[in-house]
Amino acid sequence: MAIDSQGQATRPGTADPAWIRRALIATMFAFLALFLFIPVIAVFTEALRDGLGTYFGAIVAPEARAAIRLTLMTAAIAVPLNVAFGVAAAWAITRFDFPGKQALLTLIDLPFSVSPVIAGMLFVLLVGVRAPIGGWLASHGIRIIFAEPGIVLATIFVTFPLASRELIPIMQAVGSEEEEAAIVLGAGGLQMFFRVTLPNVKWGLLYGMVLCNARAMGEFGAVSVVSGHIEGHTVTMPLYIEILYNDYRFAAAFAVSSLLTMLAIATLVAKRLLERRVAPVKREQEEVEVRAAA
Amino acid sequence: MATKRKNVLPGFGLTLGFTLTYLGIVVLIPISTIFFKTFTLSWHQFWAAVANPRTIAAYELSFGASIAGAFINSVFGFIVAWSLVRYEFPGKTLIDVMVDLPFALPTSVAGITLTAIYASHGWIGRLVAPLGIKIAYAPLGVIVALTFVGLPFVVRTVQPVLEDLDEEYEEAAATLGASRLQTFYMVIAPALIPALLTGFALAFARALGEYGSVVFISGNMPMHTEVVTLLIMSKLEQFDYAGATAIAVVMLLASFAILLAINLLQRWSLRRLAT
Repeated sequence: MAIDSQGQATRPGTADPAWIRRALIATMFAFLALFLFIPVIAVFTEALRDGLGTYFGAIVAPEARAAIRLTLMTAAIAVPLNVAFGVAAAWAITRFDFPGKQALLTLIDLPFSVSPVIAGMLFVLLVGVRAPIGGWLASHGIRIIFAEPGIVLATIFVTFPLASRELIPIMQAVGSEEEEAAIVLGAGGLQMFFRVTLPNVKWGLLYGMVLCNARAMGEFGAVSVVSGHIEGHTVTMPLYIEILYNDYRFAAAFAVSSLLTMLAIATLVAKRLLERRVAPVKREQEEVEVRAAA
Repeated sequence: MATKRKNVLPGFGLTLGFTLTYLGIVVLIPISTIFFKTFTLSWHQFWAAVANPRTIAAYELSFGASIAGAFINSVFGFIVAWSLVRYEFPGKTLIDVMVDLPFALPTSVAGITLTAIYASHGWIGRLVAPLGIKIAYAPLGVIVALTFVGLPFVVRTVQPVLEDLDEEYEEAAATLGASRLQTFYMVIAPALIPALLTGFALAFARALGEYGSVVFISGNMPMHTEVVTLLIMSKLEQFDYAGATAIAVVMLLASFAILLAINLLQRWSLRRLAT
């Protein structure tokens, strides 16, 4: 839309009076200050309250390093698995017709409507030491709940739909003509995948990975249920923040928080940069959906 | 999809097989356990967990504060979306990027930082404390946390609809003598309602299941500031799996009902866009 130098819409009849415009923009700034900007600033000021020495001391403490390591390891397992699932699901759903496709799409989104605490609880009920499967595993020396595998499982559950729901609309929009051409011309399945499919969806894939990673590293509720909070072993960064906070070690809690806040801001920036590449494709797909619904 | 031609693409069996196996192991089997566990409870056990006063107080707080948070987000989310689409102002890109922060910020970080600023000695809590208003460690704090986690939803559902809204209709309404206010509630508002309701439902659903950001700011006093997710957590810590299951299954069914409502709303808004 056309906007003049005063920030006012130039088309007649579509412009709001100046006082409304000012009032709405001021309201927006006040609301976002209260809920977004002041909290982010507070993370950093609280983290540096006792000086840089305390800040870096808190980050390099052995417990902090163990928490960072576990968080990175969890994401390193959960993200590739969910991305592989996303690619497989998007391929099956967008390239073939089969009965129950709509139901499958709904089931893929299901983890989003499960509270993180309930998500963690599902795994306690399934593989906890008091459950039949968990009891059997425990008798063979395998612990899942209150151990690292439980943390990884819970993280996989809560990040489950993130990659596939980005990939499905993009693969749908890209279409299958180029892939069909590759196959007809004699390419093998893997050759087609790596030389045609992957280059076409690489930005969408990366976008899904970024979102999945942010959630995997930041998950708190689900992981909290299955972790058992054994410091140095089953404590991820978000859980470590809770432990520090409950110990009244506020500056240290905010120091570790500042790392995750920087990760969140980096995620938002990466998201914005990738959106520029992904948005035109997705937009096309939305228009197709609108026509289909008509 | 209408043309029935032979599909030359490979990998159907492999990808669908992997999809279903992975979905089954990671999602379906775990979710089904909670229903199996529910069926092992006696009716008496179930009722004792779900209908006791502490649980009912927690349900009331969770639903009430989630509705309040979603409502606050509907009003202010609309203002944010409207300003981002219709006006120019400094820092616009920064705000557009930052709106998604609650998606990206771990909930425990959100919880401790909101508590720090809304506690009675905090930057904002200090300003309202002389008025006798307590935010952190009171139900108001729960609303603040749930508003935070639901913030992006309304903005991100309303914004694209507003961008697509053709200004010709507004122009036509103005030409035909409508005031700006009339144009707003007769031309603009009806087009936005499905998106606004979807955003409300998404923010509500997210708030209902929230744990991390609430646990720090609420103070967790039973009957007063204890939300349902926290009650489930404390039952689990006491190894009262039967009680936790009963309370959780009610929450899960409520979430599925909201999910269904969101799907219907989205179908409705697609149809509205198409006509």
